[in-house]
Amino acid sequence: MSPPAVTEPSHVVLNEVVRRYEGPPAIHALGSIDLVLRRGEFFSVVGPSGCGKSTLLDVLCGLVRPTSGSVQFEGRELRGEVPDGIGVVFQEDSSMPWLSVRQNVAFGLRTSELSQKEITERVDHAVSFMGLAQFSGHYPAQLSGGMRQRVCIARTLVLRPRLILLDEPFGALDQQTRLLMGDELLRLWRETGATVMLITHALDEAAMLSDRVGVMSARPGRFIDMVETGWPRDRDSRIVSDATFGTVTARLWSSLRAESLKTMGRAA
Amino acid sequence: MLLEICCRTGIIDPLTIIPPSEMIVSMVDHIGSGEFNESIVNTFSTILLAFVLAIGCGTLAGALVHRSSRLRDVADPLLASYYSVPTFIFYPLLVALLGLGKAPLVVLGVLSAAPAVMISTLSGLDGVSPALMKIARVHRLSPARTLWWIVLPAALPRLFTGFKLALSYALIGVIAGEFILSGSGLGYAISFAYQSFDNRAMYGLMLFVLLVAVIANGILYVWEERLARRRSSG
Repeated sequence: MSPPAVTEPSHVVLNEVVRRYEGPPAIHALGSIDLVLRRGEFFSVVGPSGCGKSTLLDVLCGLVRPTSGSVQFEGRELRGEVPDGIGVVFQEDSSMPWLSVRQNVAFGLRTSELSQKEITERVDHAVSFMGLAQFSGHYPAQLSGGMRQRVCIARTLVLRPRLILLDEPFGALDQQTRLLMGDELLRLWRETGATVMLITHALDEAAMLSDRVGVMSARPGRFIDMVETGWPRDRDSRIVSDATFGTVTARLWSSLRAESLKTMGRAA
Repeated sequence: MLLEICCRTGIIDPLTIIPPSEMIVSMVDHIGSGEFNESIVNTFSTILLAFVLAIGCGTLAGALVHRSSRLRDVADPLLASYYSVPTFIFYPLLVALLGLGKAPLVVLGVLSAAPAVMISTLSGLDGVSPALMKIARVHRLSPARTLWWIVLPAALPRLFTGFKLALSYALIGVIAGEFILSGSGLGYAISFAYQSFDNRAMYGLMLFVLLVAVIANGILYVWEERLARRRSSG
């Protein structure tokens, strides 16, 4: 098996990031977190429910300011605004029911200064890349949950983001669809060369897709383990049959088990 | 048909209700004669004004209350009990304040219709998915673009319910105001016919008002259906 191609310089740097929410009740949601995302890597985050995974994503893309610490994207510090170059796909269906598939995808470029020709080309490419060409005139209500999530990914894709953040995008999908969507995601990651960070609660999904998986503690979320999977860049869902896949998943679970029990109020 | 038969056979006294066919003939006669043209214009322009103002005031008030949790705490119980207040009791006060013209009727129509718009605005804004609001921030949309591109389209189905109710309430408020206390308009004409025992004119005009209300609501219904069709599967 060839070594992973994730030796590029840092793309995102989180330095002693802490996020607290004022009460009542006051909540210490996250941190302190130190994390470096390497350019072009596929990084996943797993952790027990309520550990602050989504808060981490919100902080990382600039939607939420850290209470202390700093977040740098491509060398620039984020100051409460999502910078150009970051695309986000949320867990909830965020397709717009009043727009067709094509209009949904093009929504990402409404404020861009691109020419109409380039907008059309980008939308055409994103729509066909996500396998939605036949459905471009359909409305989200006419699509399955998986297809609606593809629409949301395509809407992010037209922006050509250099960092793609995904917050449990396949959470509501069945297992087969999740595996296939995982393959789509890997293909997208390979072809765009973007850095990807995936938040997921599914250990097998994290193990299958990632170059590196960060395991978070129960709230306040901190990284308690970093697992390098060592997968080749050219991979797909068939990696689950690799002999070391079980080893990776087992390590993730052994790191996570005690934390998950804590959230259930039980000792390890 | 049953009503027609009952009226024609004398089961129902024609002094109480005239046959529907005669109502239609009376409506065509009275409206066609042109004698009510001024009343028609007066009444429907008042309703339209009250409807438009109710949409403006109700939407604005709903949006303001939605932004403030303190205002929301105050407004929620008031809105919940609002329609138990007979707004017509304020008509003498409105006449004293605004005089005997169109103004008190418009205010009465707005008082009847605006809370329905406000309630539907609150419900519509509450229903906008937080994920869509995050999308607005991810795309760095200005507040105006967020409102125009995301909030309004997302809230539109519930807003539309409020618009339909507002039309009905504005119509009821204005016609009832004219009926009870005004000296002009279709409501007054119906009231005058009733007090003069002119059943034919009264039913003809009532049918006309009903017909216009049904057509106006039908137009809104068709428009709403067209919007809803996109958002539903199938």
